Amino acid sequence: MADTGVDKKRRRFLIGATSAVGAVGVGAIAVPFIGSLTPSARALAAGAPVEVDIDKVEAGQLIRVIWRGKPVWVVNRTDEMLTALPTVNPKLKDPTSLASIQPEYATNENRSRKDQYLIMVGICTHLGCSPTYRPEVAAADLGADWVGGFYCPCHGSRFDLAGRVIKGSPAGTNMTVPPHYYKTDSLIRIGEDGVAA
Amino acid sequence: MNGLLNWIDARFPLTDTWNKHIAEYYAPKNFNFFYFFGSLAMLVLVLQIVTGVFLTMHYKPDIELAFASVEHIMRDVPGGWFIRYMHSTGASMFFIVVYLHMFRGLIYGSFKGPRELVWLIGMLIYLALMAEAFMGYMLPWGQMSFWGAQVIINLFNTIPYVGEIVSQTIRGDFVISDPTLNRFFAFHVIAVPLILVGLVFVHIVALHQVGSNNPDGVDIKQHKDENGIPLDGIPFHPYYTVKDIVGVVGFFIVFFAILFFMPEGGGYFLEYPNFEPANPLKTPEHIAPVWYFTPFYTVLRAVPDPFLGTLAMFAAIAVLFVLPWLDKNPIKSIRYRNKAHYINLVWFCVAFVVLGVLGVKAVTPFLGELGIRCTQVYFLFFAVTHAHSRPMKVNYVVWFAVLFGITIIWDLTRYADLSGESVAIFWQLLTVPFVYLLSTLILPMFVSSFNKEKEVPTRVTG
Repeated sequence: MADTGVDKKRRRFLIGATSAVGAVGVGAIAVPFIGSLTPSARALAAGAPVEVDIDKVEAGQLIRVIWRGKPVWVVNRTDEMLTALPTVNPKLKDPTSLASIQPEYATNENRSRKDQYLIMVGICTHLGCSPTYRPEVAAADLGADWVGGFYCPCHGSRFDLAGRVIKGSPAGTNMTVPPHYYKTDSLIRIGEDGVAA
Repeated sequence: MNGLLNWIDARFPLTDTWNKHIAEYYAPKNFNFFYFFGSLAMLVLVLQIVTGVFLTMHYKPDIELAFASVEHIMRDVPGGWFIRYMHSTGASMFFIVVYLHMFRGLIYGSFKGPRELVWLIGMLIYLALMAEAFMGYMLPWGQMSFWGAQVIINLFNTIPYVGEIVSQTIRGDFVISDPTLNRFFAFHVIAVPLILVGLVFVHIVALHQVGSNNPDGVDIKQHKDENGIPLDGIPFHPYYTVKDIVGVVGFFIVFFAILFFMPEGGGYFLEYPNFEPANPLKTPEHIAPVWYFTPFYTVLRAVPDPFLGTLAMFAAIAVLFVLPWLDKNPIKSIRYRNKAHYINLVWFCVAFVVLGVLGVKAVTPFLGELGIRCTQVYFLFFAVTHAHSRPMKVNYVVWFAVLFGITIIWDLTRYADLSGESVAIFWQLLTVPFVYLLSTLILPMFVSSFNKEKEVPTRVTG
């Protein structure tokens, strides 16, 4: 067929319209594929809240539970530990936890809902290693002014007993407090904020 | 036989393709040692694919079974250890060969016009290769597999607002777990290899469109005989096919020496913590990436802010992409550029190697500062290269003042956080970028022999 009588305007419109519809189709078909990459129902179920009975946690003891595949610590802090916390303040990067992640009800000096119990994700905010619990005061390898806290074996980050990072550590922010609430006095539910307490 | 060939040629351009890309592809006659590494990279790619296919027959991408299945390959499968060591050693050899291949492009200006696309496609191959290596390293499900991936995937967490969603989509879970291993397996054995092979194909087609560069950086198409054949060109086959066989033999001697006598490469090709199964609750004492990632890992650590550090790391790779548009000097080969350019390249290579060495070491105040200084030299190199584009017209003083000023501004942002011995180290190592800029920008200004470019011959030498 000869070129004469080609309606270029209509041709351009048809090309544009076909491309637009095609693009929408590609976008639509991408949804299930990208969706399949996100956490599956099973992973979501494994990410469900966990409940911890804290009745048996003795004074000064740390227990670990797994929530969303991460270690979560529950520490029953003694009165001495709590009174030592403010003394560390001048040495901290973020003493009031402004730059750190915790629920609103744990944005306080002890970083907890109840002063006594520290509930914290046991993952260093530097590169994701799990620090060790070092409650002993003036531990030989950590110096005479150590009042108890956490020490990361990977890159030497130090945290106090509220998970607040001490200056000179590679970690930038305090350790994360997960959402949690007290279902009863001795039962914590980790992973949910619960009703306003 | 001829009949069959004619039958095929009528239906598929077999002879045409053979001639265009092999028998009548005229390459410059003065290729040297550095021109082995392109064909060697292809050889390693084939080795990785073949060994990979055989490993896949015994490997199980399941966090309960993966570690044991690799041990099964190593101990129970006849010849399994050999195939697996070929694959793991091959990964490191791949990067050695590719780094030398890129170095060749750098010194002889092979990235410059008209070969910009060859360079860009090559950089995409390099990116795909890094992704392939990273995902492959996770499959044995050892401690380094797990914690290395933990650190790398957490880099995406530092992206503002969407970081969490991005890293969750990469893992398919809130933590590295079975879905992560399974998808990394899929990417490692299907998606990325397909992309790699496709890119290598395009890389070669693009190269053959514009023709190969050479150590003199001379365009051999300028001088052709009456048949249109470059006077300084020789057919790829049989001349370079035979030459490359020598390269292959030399390569295999090194490759199999490593494979038989030190398959773990002293803990650098296969890291020792990876002989322990992954344990999400216990981190190894010291985490370092495999050697070929360490220069970029040091750049990451040189910037303390997590997001900016991640950006710096990716920028260190991205800046290589734009090299053809930074180095505007019409002279391609280092042989005819000025001495300041030579010094500049030496600095860059030393900085890259030092960054790599630092990446496997734990950070001390001195090494940390050295990492920052080498990072500065690494990035400054690209600006200095641009300044050297027109050495006779450039205002070296202005360039020196601006680049040293930028370095000082970066230093000011971090000086306040320094204390004690770090301050002394800071001043001590400030000499590194200072001497670097002196030797590449001030030296050629005052000593004309360092600024003088040589005349490029019209025909290749030697």
